[in-house]
Amino acid sequence: MLDKLGMYLQYPFVRYALIVGVLIALCSSLLGVTLVLKRFSFIGDGLSHVAFGAMAIAAVLNLTNDMLLVLPVTIISAVLLLRTGQNAKIKGDAAIAMISVGALAFGYLMMNIFSTSSNLSGDVCSTLFGSTSILTLTEREVWLCTVLSIAVVLIFLLFYNKIFAVTFDENFSKAAGTNANGYNLLIAIVIAVIIVLAMNLVGSLLISALVIFPALSAMRLFRNFKSVTICSAVLSVICAFSGIIVSILAGTPVGSTIVAVDVAAFAVCCIAGVITGGIRK
Amino acid sequence: MALLTIQDLSLGYDSVAFVENLNFSVNTGDYLCIVGENGSGKTTLMKTLLHLQEPVSGQILMGDGLKQNEIGYLPQQTIVQKDFPASVGEIVLSGCQGRCGIRPFYNKAEKHLAETNMNRMGVLPLKDRCYRELSGGQQQRVLLARALCATQKVLLLDEPVAGLDPKVTSEMYDLIEGLNQEGITIIMISHDLAAAIRYASHILHIGASVFYGTREEYLESDVGKFFLMRQKGG
Repeated sequence: MLDKLGMYLQYPFVRYALIVGVLIALCSSLLGVTLVLKRFSFIGDGLSHVAFGAMAIAAVLNLTNDMLLVLPVTIISAVLLLRTGQNAKIKGDAAIAMISVGALAFGYLMMNIFSTSSNLSGDVCSTLFGSTSILTLTEREVWLCTVLSIAVVLIFLLFYNKIFAVTFDENFSKAAGTNANGYNLLIAIVIAVIIVLAMNLVGSLLISALVIFPALSAMRLFRNFKSVTICSAVLSVICAFSGIIVSILAGTPVGSTIVAVDVAAFAVCCIAGVITGGIRK
Repeated sequence: MALLTIQDLSLGYDSVAFVENLNFSVNTGDYLCIVGENGSGKTTLMKTLLHLQEPVSGQILMGDGLKQNEIGYLPQQTIVQKDFPASVGEIVLSGCQGRCGIRPFYNKAEKHLAETNMNRMGVLPLKDRCYRELSGGQQQRVLLARALCATQKVLLLDEPVAGLDPKVTSEMYDLIEGLNQEGITIIMISHDLAAAIRYASHILHIGASVFYGTREEYLESDVGKFFLMRQKGG
């Protein structure tokens, strides 16, 4: 089995997939804790559907670089969703549901009407579930992904204390003179970037899993913000790495394998949490 | 000049005022209780004082060198905080965020200040404990320590004893009284009129009729007599 793995690792596309997979897993888990705590677990799902819709339009328009359309559209949607969360006429969860199914339907409609591809359902399926696109990354895409990931990690580290404060108590932060709306905006933009990156890895239907599972698993085990964040990042990276390896060896779809590993890790953490919690008491 | 001067302030949402023409001032060392029925605008007033919300009209003037970010705020608990994985130390330290400005990390002085305030509120031994596992009274002490990190001068407390049992409630009031005697100005929203009359130096009653004055004046006023009678009756 190790021989087989060694053989695969000689191919650059497998190494690219591992690098990109680990980086995306790291980024998505960092903000996952904040999103889960802010009750925005579903925002990943909603935004990824928006990204799907934008991608369909980009495909129809024959854009060579669909990032140019997908990224701005997703960022705008993220800003709208997180901003209106506070006092909108349509409340947070309803707004997310509305935008997400709307974009999904619209995207599929566009693809169906205008697509010239002979394998339409295959295209749709791979956009939704990620399938093989991570194994067909070009060097340029790997670089783009690396740069964006580093930017996300740096932003998170620099604003870690502020993100904690704003997540824990937005009103107190505002009263203390912190620009809470600004940080919410920052969180929205970063999460949109992560979603667009993660579409390559697990496809648009499964992104929420990357965002929420590591955070929820870590919250079973730890009881302070710093440990939860670190644990969630470590778990996410381990799960993504082993998920990709398993999918290569067993020939399973990459995205769903990673998510399956995340689910398994969550189950383990739940049990471990119950046991250690029992000891502590 | 007074610490806070409120001039012709009207409060409300979407430029519809439901409390009009408030005028009062808070001096250093005062203990002001804001009382009134539910929905009379107590929380809106507090949010406006904190500049979380724009007043419909009127002004809030600050004196004695008080800066906007030097107000310590003890908000009511939110649902988010009920299952938030954060240690006591992390939460109290976040009270220093106003001092940081755009500096991303807390410095030694701020960490020291957090420790001092945890000690002051008697929660230093709980520093590494998880906030959500504490009792209601302990949680309020933690949030009070955080508010103290943000201010040396004035604390705004929004129903600090809501949901606490009688024993812890009176401990909380003693703690707040102690802070007041150390020279910190207290502005407190309360449902608990008996406590307001016992501890406060000044009382602001808002609602259908507005009253502002010292405790003694309030007890003599028609608004105060009526409200007291009603509270005793039910």
